[in-house]
Amino acid sequence: MRRRAELVLRFTRAERWVHRTTATLMMICLATAACLYLAPLAELVGRRRLVVTVHVWCGLALPVPLLLGLTSRALRTDASRLSRFTPADRAWLRAVSRRLPLRPAGKFNAGQKLYAQWTLGSMLVVLGTGLLMWLTHLAPPAWRTGATFVHDWFALAIATVLAGHIRMAIGDRESRLGMRTGLVDRRWAEREHPHWQTAAAPEPP
Amino acid sequence: MDVDGSEEPRGGTPVGRRVVLGLLGLGAAGVAVGPYLQRAQDAVTAADPTGLTGLLPGGGGFRYYSVTASVPNRTEETYTLTVDGLVDRPATHRLADLRAMPQRRLVRDVQCVTGWRVPDTPFEGVPLAHLLDRAGVRPGAKAVSFSCFDGAYTESLTLEQARREDVLVALKLQDTPITHAHGGPVRLYVAPMYFYKSAKWLSGITVTDAVRPGYWEENGYDVDAWVGRSNGRDDAPTS
Repeated sequence: MRRRAELVLRFTRAERWVHRTTATLMMICLATAACLYLAPLAELVGRRRLVVTVHVWCGLALPVPLLLGLTSRALRTDASRLSRFTPADRAWLRAVSRRLPLRPAGKFNAGQKLYAQWTLGSMLVVLGTGLLMWLTHLAPPAWRTGATFVHDWFALAIATVLAGHIRMAIGDRESRLGMRTGLVDRRWAEREHPHWQTAAAPEPP
Repeated sequence: MDVDGSEEPRGGTPVGRRVVLGLLGLGAAGVAVGPYLQRAQDAVTAADPTGLTGLLPGGGGFRYYSVTASVPNRTEETYTLTVDGLVDRPATHRLADLRAMPQRRLVRDVQCVTGWRVPDTPFEGVPLAHLLDRAGVRPGAKAVSFSCFDGAYTESLTLEQARREDVLVALKLQDTPITHAHGGPVRLYVAPMYFYKSAKWLSGITVTDAVRPGYWEENGYDVDAWVGRSNGRDDAPTS
């Protein structure tokens, strides 16, 4: 049982909802993509027009939670944290590549920052190429072939990176609790994110 | 419980902007050179005896499309093809009847309207014109519409298109009987048009006085689906 006095706020309600809805939309996009793409699943599911409709509308909705979430100050603050690298992040990357135990990090470590940046960039790419494929009279056919090519390869990359994201989450119960309840244990925060200055946290050694 | 009040020092390197812009640039470059890379990938896939490269995105070969939840199986005993409408001699053919008719083999590329292409694919079956002649098309007939035993798919051709010699009621694909996944035991094969015209699981041919747009055509695809001259595409013609 976690004691409330030893918890710190990591994610606000708005941030948790943005994560939850984006994750749901992304999973539906990937699942429907698999049903359109992998022959055994396509044979099992069929209903091509329905699957395409679900895929397209979930794809179009993908950036909506984030855009709405930008009205939250906490989310904007975290977004700017995620977008910038500090000297600690470079030290973290060096430590990871040399398998050293001491990995300095602020509220987000360099890996989490790269993951967030990848998510935003790749989401914009699949959204753009998806629009080119969907609005067939928007662009010349050669563009559409190119858009399909990029969309396919990015989808595979997104699925792979997302599998890594989920694996990391499975390995860290406290971080999962942080995303589910918003609260994390102070000792976990000090261990994993030593440079994250929570309000009443002790001075870093 | 504490609130996360304090800020980390602002500044630092704007890596996020670089990553996002870099990915957008990569995506745009991919759209521009994608057609060439796709062709290169297809060439590698075609020359790969293990078939492993077929697992890559956009991998070669056919893709399975069905518009319904499940499609019944039809066998030697249960399959029938009816020919009716504006004809003198409506008929119902079994598989053995179709096999006993004159056959034609065509080796052409298959081109799907969504972009994938399967080169040099042999189809074999009864020329549609032969079935129409047997039934005796009445004067005033203008078109042929096709129905399928998946219960939903339909297609259509003008009578002139239907009489082309590269339009088959196909029984064999790649020199073996057409499997269920490929629309077997009998599918339409319209060589010069995008592959959605080649209706799978063919069960009915009806001669009509006007073209009745088919399933995908009700959803915005062109009725006259010539490869390279319709649907806003410029693929190399297949026939």
